[in-house]
Amino acid sequence: MKPEAHPSPVAPVIRLEDIRRQFGQVHALKGVSFSLFPGRALALVGESGCGKTTCARIIARLDKPTSGKLFLRGQDLTAHAAAKDERLYRKAVQMVFQDPFSSLNPAFTVSHHLSRPLQLHSQNTSRTALEGGIAGLLTSVGLDPAMSKQKFPHELSGGQRQRVNIARALAVAPSVLVADEPTSMLDVSIRKDILDLLARVKRENELAMLYITHDIATAAHVAEEIVVMFAGQMVEWGDTATVLSNPNHPYTQLLLSAVPDGGRPFVTGGSARFLEQAERVRSLSRPDSAVIEQIGPNHFMRALGAQS
Amino acid sequence: MSDNLLEIENLNIDYLVDKGDFRAVKNVSFNIGRGEIFGLAGESGCGKSTIAYAITRLSKAPAWVSGGSIRLDGQDLLRMPENELQKIRWKRIGMVFQSAMNSLNPLMRVEAQFHDVLHRHTRCSRQESRARAEEMFKLVGIPPHRISDYPHQFSGGMRQRIVIAICLALRPELIIMDEPTTALDVVVQREILEQVVDLQRTYGFSVLFITHDLHLMAQLCQRIGVMLMGELVEVGDVRQVSLAPLHDYTRKLWNAIPELPSKPRLSGALA
Amino acid sequence: MSFALRSMLSQKKAVVGLIIVAALCLMAIFAPIIAPGEPGARVGRSHQAPSIEHVFGTTKMGRDVYRQFVWGARSSLSIGFATGIAITVIGTAIGLIAGYAGGKTDAVLDLATNAVLVIPNMPLLILLASFAGTVGPMTIMMIIALTSWPWGARMTRSQTMALRNREFVTAAKMIGEPAWRIIFVEILPNLTPLIGINLVGSIIYAIVAQTTLEYLGFGDPLKVSWGTMLYNAQNASAIMVGAWWDVAVPAAGIALTGLGLALINFTFDEIANPQLRSGPALTRWFRLARARNRMMRAGQ
Repeated sequence: MKPEAHPSPVAPVIRLEDIRRQFGQVHALKGVSFSLFPGRALALVGESGCGKTTCARIIARLDKPTSGKLFLRGQDLTAHAAAKDERLYRKAVQMVFQDPFSSLNPAFTVSHHLSRPLQLHSQNTSRTALEGGIAGLLTSVGLDPAMSKQKFPHELSGGQRQRVNIARALAVAPSVLVADEPTSMLDVSIRKDILDLLARVKRENELAMLYITHDIATAAHVAEEIVVMFAGQMVEWGDTATVLSNPNHPYTQLLLSAVPDGGRPFVTGGSARFLEQAERVRSLSRPDSAVIEQIGPNHFMRALGAQS
Repeated sequence: MSDNLLEIENLNIDYLVDKGDFRAVKNVSFNIGRGEIFGLAGESGCGKSTIAYAITRLSKAPAWVSGGSIRLDGQDLLRMPENELQKIRWKRIGMVFQSAMNSLNPLMRVEAQFHDVLHRHTRCSRQESRARAEEMFKLVGIPPHRISDYPHQFSGGMRQRIVIAICLALRPELIIMDEPTTALDVVVQREILEQVVDLQRTYGFSVLFITHDLHLMAQLCQRIGVMLMGELVEVGDVRQVSLAPLHDYTRKLWNAIPELPSKPRLSGALA
Repeated sequence: MSFALRSMLSQKKAVVGLIIVAALCLMAIFAPIIAPGEPGARVGRSHQAPSIEHVFGTTKMGRDVYRQFVWGARSSLSIGFATGIAITVIGTAIGLIAGYAGGKTDAVLDLATNAVLVIPNMPLLILLASFAGTVGPMTIMMIIALTSWPWGARMTRSQTMALRNREFVTAAKMIGEPAWRIIFVEILPNLTPLIGINLVGSIIYAIVAQTTLEYLGFGDPLKVSWGTMLYNAQNASAIMVGAWWDVAVPAAGIALTGLGLALINFTFDEIANPQLRSGPALTRWFRLARARNRMMRAGQ
């Protein structure tokens, strides 16, 4: 059975087929396959070092896989890399970065950050068209154009900067949006606003979204599908609601139990120690395994590998 | 001897900038009891970190403490001469700040850094600090033989644990933790904080825990204070502040945090 | 950029530096008005001490030192500034390209930088100059510029490498900006304080290098500059005969220029590194802190 079977009649915008990435001796990705569909988001969840950022970079074409295929609208990109294709790809896939401060150029205003992508990718680049475009983008991300246009990054709050980031990505009118931990560096109290914005932007623009995070609680807010990764492998994936309510793989369960839950104070002492549990789960999950179990119509799990 | 280890009363802190003075902390008062974990919550810029630095008089320009008192066991830290304060820093009040994991000297082995700190405050020998370092490493869950490694050989989460270990090695009565896990993964965060709670139950020190994550605070702390734009808008028992908040802002803060849609059914290794 | 200007003007050091440099430049520009006549003309007896008639005295050949100083400023300052700009442009361009491109381009440029860096400047300058015979200002400018750019190039390269990994550069790549635009439009403005430091340092260096060459006799004896003034003074054994003004005046000119430029440079340092910043509020903070410390020690 195909692990990435999905009950959707629409063709995927992006498809990864057995993507592997090796850095010297380190296997960052050991065979990742999934698809991104228009108007739907897929959350890639895992700790740092699990390979999710490497995966995002490959999709954003900032890095090339060691093996495996990457398809954009059915076209195999890993085969040829003509300059024309690269330019089309740039228009199709955009990224929202983790650090709201370093992803904006401190020397330029918000206006510059938005006018450049418009100038590079729109048909009409007249002054009025650009002004209108910038105002429209800012409004669509919840910022007041009059107040924000002339501000420099250091004059904006973290949440505002991240909105500008999203606006910049949208300015290109992409088909795919890769959001790499867009809320990790923001206060917990404004994360929901940004996540709601991403969900809205995804719907309104029919974007295929890849949402990357280490905090599984935020995945449910944006993504219809989820892929849990550990040590370069997909360990559990499928429909978000199903996976989160009925997690089967021990690593998914670990991620879920790590989410701060105000109602459950820390339990200390004895075998309930989180540190020991975490170590146990990690050693269980580390060995490679090619066996995939199907738990539901859209719910799959990688069986635990041979324990040494 | 009262129940309170730390008493902050009417604390006012201004930022002196060219355009004029800006009051960052407005008339804040709260107490931390002996052996209590007290949380200070609020968004970025509300003044909570400013208070953290002010307690041990480490405020850097332009932050200026303009009024109030901070009493440790009755002694006002704000009016203490610098040489006496130096005996209190680290020995009685320990500090773990957000970027502490990056403040380890990259050129020194970890055991040498342990010795640095311990020797300055307790005049112990090299062997004694090595033994203590191994003991602390075991407590924070790092294999003791790694005390002779360099900081870059550890992950971010482990470096933060090393900093906590160095801090605890001097057995302080109060540890101030300012966003100690904000830059770390949710799993690593849970590991570290659970250890802190473990150690706190064993050694009985007080903790001032500062964060913007109210849910995390509710898991960890016994009492919480909520800050908004320099003012302490609510302070009280964690159950009360989370279940029946008195102030609108607290309610708003609590509700703004993304939660899991439903309680997941856990089984197997984690039941 | 206006932020930079504002913070410069609010620092007393920068204002003093700017005044000094501006005054010297204005002096050079208005030479025909404030020191009329031919600078090389004999106007008095040999080695006259400073007097009301000749404020800075006269040289061995009876020339007015004041007039020479004012007219000589034109040559020294203009070549100094032009050369400083040339050094900065070459160094910045090479540093930017090497730092951004990485890989083979970086390796080649780095090798070139290190090669030119290792060559001792002064001896090379002298060697090149001696091959060229007596050299005019353009040649001096080229020789200095071509041997002094590595220092700035290295600084620029490392700063560019640090910026290259910032996410706004990745974002620019992702929206499809061509490499040259990323280097010169996106990254370059962030290096402004560094370039400022580089420029001012290069100008100081260029003035001193030019003066040294001229002092050693490689300048054009028919043109007047502070360096040729020193050359002539040396040949006339000015110090030994007690005509200190012959040496002191051009030397003071160079020293004053260097001082003014260095003061301006401190401000660039502070813009580049906010931790070095000063200002009225900060001064007040330190004053209050000192007063408080005194009170606490007294109350002990």
